[in-house]
Amino acid sequence: MPKLFTGAEIVFKCLEDQKVEHIFGYPGGAVLPIYDELKNHPSIKHILVRHEQGAGHAAEGYARSSGKPGVILVTSGPGATNVVTALTDAYMDSVPLVCISGQVPTHLIGTDAFQECDTTGITRPCTKHNWLVKDINDLSKVMHEAFTVATTGRPGPVLVDIPKDVQFAKTKYKKPNKEKKLNGKSHNKFSQDQIDELVKLLSKAKKPIIYSGGGVINSGPKASQALREFVDLTGFPITSTLQGLGAYPGDDSQFLGMLGMHGTYEANNAMHDCDLLINIGARFDDRITGKIDEFSPNSKKVHIDIDPSSINKIIKVDLAIVGDVSSVISKINKTIIKNKNGHSKSNKSNIAKWWEKIEKWRGKNSLNFVNSDESIKPQYAVQRLYELTKNKDTYVTTEVGQHQMWAAQHYKFNKPNRWMTSGGLGTMGYGLPAAVGVQIAHPEKLVIDIAGEASVLMTMQEMSTAVQYNLPVKIFILNNQYMGMVRQWQELLHEKNYSESYSEALPNFMKMAEAYGCKGIKADNPSDLDYKIQEMIDYDGPVIFDCHVDPNENCFPMIPSGKPHNQMILGPNDQEENKIKGKGKALV
Amino acid sequence: MPKSKSAYSIPTKKQKPDTYIFVVWVDNEAGVLARVVGLFSGRGYNIESLAVAEVDAVKNISRITIVTTGTPQVIDQIRLQLTKLVPVHKVAEFKREDKGVIFKEMALFKVVGKRNKIEKCLNACKKFNPVILDETKTSAVIQITALRREIDKMNKKLKPLGLISTSRTGAVAMTRGAKIFN
Repeated sequence: MPKLFTGAEIVFKCLEDQKVEHIFGYPGGAVLPIYDELKNHPSIKHILVRHEQGAGHAAEGYARSSGKPGVILVTSGPGATNVVTALTDAYMDSVPLVCISGQVPTHLIGTDAFQECDTTGITRPCTKHNWLVKDINDLSKVMHEAFTVATTGRPGPVLVDIPKDVQFAKTKYKKPNKEKKLNGKSHNKFSQDQIDELVKLLSKAKKPIIYSGGGVINSGPKASQALREFVDLTGFPITSTLQGLGAYPGDDSQFLGMLGMHGTYEANNAMHDCDLLINIGARFDDRITGKIDEFSPNSKKVHIDIDPSSINKIIKVDLAIVGDVSSVISKINKTIIKNKNGHSKSNKSNIAKWWEKIEKWRGKNSLNFVNSDESIKPQYAVQRLYELTKNKDTYVTTEVGQHQMWAAQHYKFNKPNRWMTSGGLGTMGYGLPAAVGVQIAHPEKLVIDIAGEASVLMTMQEMSTAVQYNLPVKIFILNNQYMGMVRQWQELLHEKNYSESYSEALPNFMKMAEAYGCKGIKADNPSDLDYKIQEMIDYDGPVIFDCHVDPNENCFPMIPSGKPHNQMILGPNDQEENKIKGKGKALV
Repeated sequence: MPKSKSAYSIPTKKQKPDTYIFVVWVDNEAGVLARVVGLFSGRGYNIESLAVAEVDAVKNISRITIVTTGTPQVIDQIRLQLTKLVPVHKVAEFKREDKGVIFKEMALFKVVGKRNKIEKCLNACKKFNPVILDETKTSAVIQITALRREIDKMNKKLKPLGLISTSRTGAVAMTRGAKIFN
């Protein structure tokens, strides 16, 4: 007779077979059998967080920076509801997570038992799929399927809810099926005809632009490599979404910077005026498109995406290629190279005029800001941080708000998987736990959370996790005492009525660092900034860096609400020159 | 136009919505209907009627028929989003005007009144295969199968003839001819 295993043992056997090395979690009554089993599986290390939301974001940081799925273990009821924000965040940004939650015993389900909640009901709209395992005989199959669903196609979070009695029950263990049953959910069947059509469009374009997104990162390092080749072969300008940063080198001359609401002048104008737009692994998010009716009005649009439901969801496209970015671009590159043997000339000369125009836009230097000797400008702080860390293989996470946009604008990423930020959901409090997860995946690397003082307070408790596991994460807080992005919107659109956006009674971050048992550094003078940043980098352990910045600085350039790409507001320098009048005045 | 204070874009001009019928083949498992219906409510799609039952006990397959309205772009999204759900095997959609497809709903009418009124009711229902399921001296339960709007019409027509209660199903659909949807 084959050996029988308990549900808890099966959970770990599955995790081992799925090559899981780390799980982020928090124990509680309904998962105690699984926690009891932990000691028998030395290849799996459990990271104890301080709040389940932190476990979720840490798993996201782990997944985004390593390309492997992040695994979370939480208890029933509040354990499960606390992780909902992180699951939703992962769903919006396509991060593969497997969340295992405990549930009250099957005979108590539906009776309002202690710490019971309808976990699968609550998480249904924020996961790719979820399972309530009521029968021990389904457990191994469901666990393996959970990993398959989370990591195939467009990745995303899944949840497996396991009642406590199922964790105790015994059955045989089933290994994962080698052949994955995809149930028609895999979409990598593009045709050579589509590729040929695209290559034809490439050769005809006079004003092309490539707009790449998080799909390139999700498709793995090979996709970034293929993208670089593609950009090199075509000579086309490339811009990237917030999530796509790093897929193409941020300091390359063909890179126009980020596009969208706080994107560069050159990227947004190029999007508006182009005659060929190639979307690679992005989803025409509303922060990117601005006003839909006037979005890139004169272009042929191509969309390469693994998710068929992304096609034509927001913007109608002329050519859609549904497939994995990596294989699609590789195929395109091959086709271009093959065609080139026929005619040696590429269309690089065709687009020379287009580049001239782009250089003119670039001349605006839209990321410019007025620096100061007296106070630290937040943009300057990010620039210095970049200069002092660019030679290390640095991983950057952020919270959500102005600091996030400044980080995206001024920190140049040269490799994929180095930039972890909450884009779709915009979750304040994402960055600190995410940094914890990144550091777990890359113990030897420099990991920095570029944070705002309001965001970081939402998940500050995870500093305790960082200290417990001696994770040398650097929390670089751009402290302007305001919820900066809220304040900026109130200044520009709500007649400077700063309703509840000022944080009174902020904690003393130096003392906070001391209380957590890590190092605190404070800077409020531009001349001290460099050596203090260096001190932070050199310190072997977690650091909270309280960087006091100008509280009134706004994040420019920006596309105001309901406007198309070519009607951006630029920073203070440009506004002086142009003397914005009338309606624009209210926005200055 | 007043100045927008929103960080979101202003809604753009809308196309005209049409009525479509979706047929969805799903694994018959706990929560599957909630997934399908939750997708509709979560993304703001409309459900006019819904019919669901197991159709293959061996393969454990249920067939869900949903009548919905939407612009062509929304209908496309509904199909693609449904296809993404893990327990969904295939999705078909038909325009209501599609001549190649049969749509039917069933209704039960309870009529209370004298014999002659019940006779009148039956007569009025003649076109829709009326079946008397229950009969007493003063009442009858009549079953008809028809299109949605025909049942709407009958519902109105029978009121003065003693109709006191109506129960009706959602629409079910089947293609004409020998072919099936794949």
